[in-house]
Amino acid sequence: MSGVRLPRSTVLRHALFFLPLAVGLIAMTYLFSAFYNYNIAGIAIFAIAAAGLTVLTGVNGQLSLGHGALMAVGAYTTSLLLKAQPQFPFLLTLLAAIVSTGLAGGIIGVAAARLRGPYLAGATLALAVGLPQLAIHFGRVLGGNQGLIVAPPAAPAALGGNFPPEQWLAWIAIVSAMVTLFLLANLVRGATGRTLRAVHDNETAARLAGIDVARVQVLAFVISAACAGLAGSLFAYWVGITAPTGFGLQLSLQLLSAIVIGGLGSLWGAVWGSIILVLLPVWTSGLASNLNLSSDITNNLPLAMYGAILVVAMLVFPRGIQGTVASLVGAGRRLLLKRRLDQRTSEVHP
Amino acid sequence: MNVRIPNSRRWVKAACLGVVGALVAACGSSSSTGSTSNQASAPGITATSVTIGSTQPLTGPAAPGYSEIAPGSLAYFKYVNAHGGVFGRSINYKFLDDGYNPTNTASLTRQLVLQDSVYAVFDSLGTPTHLAVVDYLNQEKVPDLFVASGCNCWNNVSAHPNTFGWQPDYTIEGKILGNYIKQTYAGMKVGYFAQGPNDEFGDDGIAGLKDVLQNSNVTVVSPAQYYAPTPAGAMGVKAEMAAMQAAGVQVIASFSIPLFTAAALASAASINYHPHFVVSNVGADIPTLTAILTGGALGATLPAALLTGMTSDNYLPLSSDSSNPWTTLFKSIATQYAPNLPWDGNVVYGEAVAYTFVQSLKAAGQNPTRADIVNAINNSHFTDGPGLVPFGYSSSNHLGYTGVQMVTVGPGPTPMRVGSAYTTNDAAGGAITPYSGTASTPPSSGIPSD
Repeated sequence: MSGVRLPRSTVLRHALFFLPLAVGLIAMTYLFSAFYNYNIAGIAIFAIAAAGLTVLTGVNGQLSLGHGALMAVGAYTTSLLLKAQPQFPFLLTLLAAIVSTGLAGGIIGVAAARLRGPYLAGATLALAVGLPQLAIHFGRVLGGNQGLIVAPPAAPAALGGNFPPEQWLAWIAIVSAMVTLFLLANLVRGATGRTLRAVHDNETAARLAGIDVARVQVLAFVISAACAGLAGSLFAYWVGITAPTGFGLQLSLQLLSAIVIGGLGSLWGAVWGSIILVLLPVWTSGLASNLNLSSDITNNLPLAMYGAILVVAMLVFPRGIQGTVASLVGAGRRLLLKRRLDQRTSEVHP
Repeated sequence: MNVRIPNSRRWVKAACLGVVGALVAACGSSSSTGSTSNQASAPGITATSVTIGSTQPLTGPAAPGYSEIAPGSLAYFKYVNAHGGVFGRSINYKFLDDGYNPTNTASLTRQLVLQDSVYAVFDSLGTPTHLAVVDYLNQEKVPDLFVASGCNCWNNVSAHPNTFGWQPDYTIEGKILGNYIKQTYAGMKVGYFAQGPNDEFGDDGIAGLKDVLQNSNVTVVSPAQYYAPTPAGAMGVKAEMAAMQAAGVQVIASFSIPLFTAAALASAASINYHPHFVVSNVGADIPTLTAILTGGALGATLPAALLTGMTSDNYLPLSSDSSNPWTTLFKSIATQYAPNLPWDGNVVYGEAVAYTFVQSLKAAGQNPTRADIVNAINNSHFTDGPGLVPFGYSSSNHLGYTGVQMVTVGPGPTPMRVGSAYTTNDAAGGAITPYSGTASTPPSSGIPSD
């Protein structure tokens, strides 16, 4: 007997998984303080961007060091719409960011499809460094160094006047992350996912199999950028300001380290990585402020701790957190199966 | 049995209450400030402590120099705590590193407010960083005291009643620098060198300069020369200096951060160009500039003598002025409570802003609510502090210091004050008036009196 039979349709199976998960997570926000709800929103936002990057880098094999810049495109789209019209409908600001960043991703993807390995890394790196400078150059419109202020989304009146804004933000981010992960999970499982992986594994073989490699690579960039755009838009609401200093090279590298630590190529890995990315600095900040050390050491200790933990995590989990979780689950399953088999054999041969 | 257990519990409870009562009474009688006892009157305030928080660039591009400000404040608070605190409460100052990244500021400020329940946010540093949280802090009605940035955006009483600036804003600085140029360099050609374009530091400063220098007795050469505040940019201001030289500029008015002030001085000298430099206070701390020039931060070891003749402005006692009693006080406190810090204008800044906070906390009363400290600052002028000019605080103005005094370097490496201090306001055409008030001396205890 194999117990519960899951539906054969992937979409249905994923829906059965993500719907209760979203409801559960939203219910969970009632248990947490406003501060942790704020961080849950952050985790969900980073998970959206990281999941998009997973599709591009983990599944399709194109390295992007410029995803922070794509998030900036989404954040600036939303911030500019709100600057022009503060009452702009919330959902439309998200949609506009997805479309504009998807377009930007398409343009970058066309260039990227001609580049391989270190050249692609270099081009996307240039994007991460250069794009935020545009905000300073076109400061009259884009707010310059000072940035554009974004008001947090207001909770609907039905929830009551005192509903914590942090919790409402967490709900929005959780729902957005669940929808994104649901769509990406279906995509990766389906025919598109297979072509993405085929191109990653062996371009020549994929070409022989009739796959238009360049088209697939551009498609991967568009999908990934659309996710970064959504994340960037939510990020603008989450931070409260869209300024070039918020979209430095560091952000791009953080996203990359999140998917590596979480487990390259797995959507779950993107989630684990985002949890670490958001919570680790919370725990290490202020760690050294009460030690009586030279300020050069005190100031850099939290950053050093953060780096050290990332290094240790990569050493302990070479396949990422999800890789380790998966192998533990696999080992457990095998153990269970073996026991069941042993039981059966003992029943057959008393 | 069943009856006696609750009885004995009641007895224990009564005894506990008695002990606590005696302790409270003892605390009350030992405190010199009145008959009422200390209460937990607001978030972050207990009977024995006040917790305040801040976000600071301890790492990252803005760290050099500015990372010393919060440790300077901490040293002053430790001194106050060692001498009885404020109303018997010790000040617990928690500052977190945002690396000058507004994303971190947003998250860390929520950590301070929601997790650490600070009474107030104090001296958080930076314009783009603090703009990310100024709406949030005012929504939560958290006092947002003495933002460490000269943006005039902190002075918006109707939208941000809980936010207060502290240092003079860049427009005020620009106007007084312009006034000095007009008086000293009549008939000469003046050029602007600033951070930007489209940067509130450079733009506000130039706005102040323009207000005074346009249609005056000097010729302003356009266009202004700008630099981008990136690490690589410091190597590239030679072209800007050459353009100034070609235009015949004799006086350079500069709104630059220290690294770029040093780069401008060095680049000009390297092309044998020797204009008069008039530099905003933000980029003119002599110990910081000396360290940049002689420490090889510009790719070569350069002589500190490049600074000779540079003019700047200040609103606090100079760190090098050992005849000033405030400098003596702050230096001795820094030596005792922060022995690892270098001694320069950033530490003076940190201690001075901490002094203003202690003044505010005292003015807010023994058991203050959050609104009490905001009202106290609105209604006080704190004229007996270390500042060279008065504060502008009132219920309709949340600007800090209202003016500056000019300072020039040399002969020799020490800065000297020039003329009297001046005060003015942001308004175009607003009068620039010499400040005639006498400098205050610090109380003998080193702590503001009640």
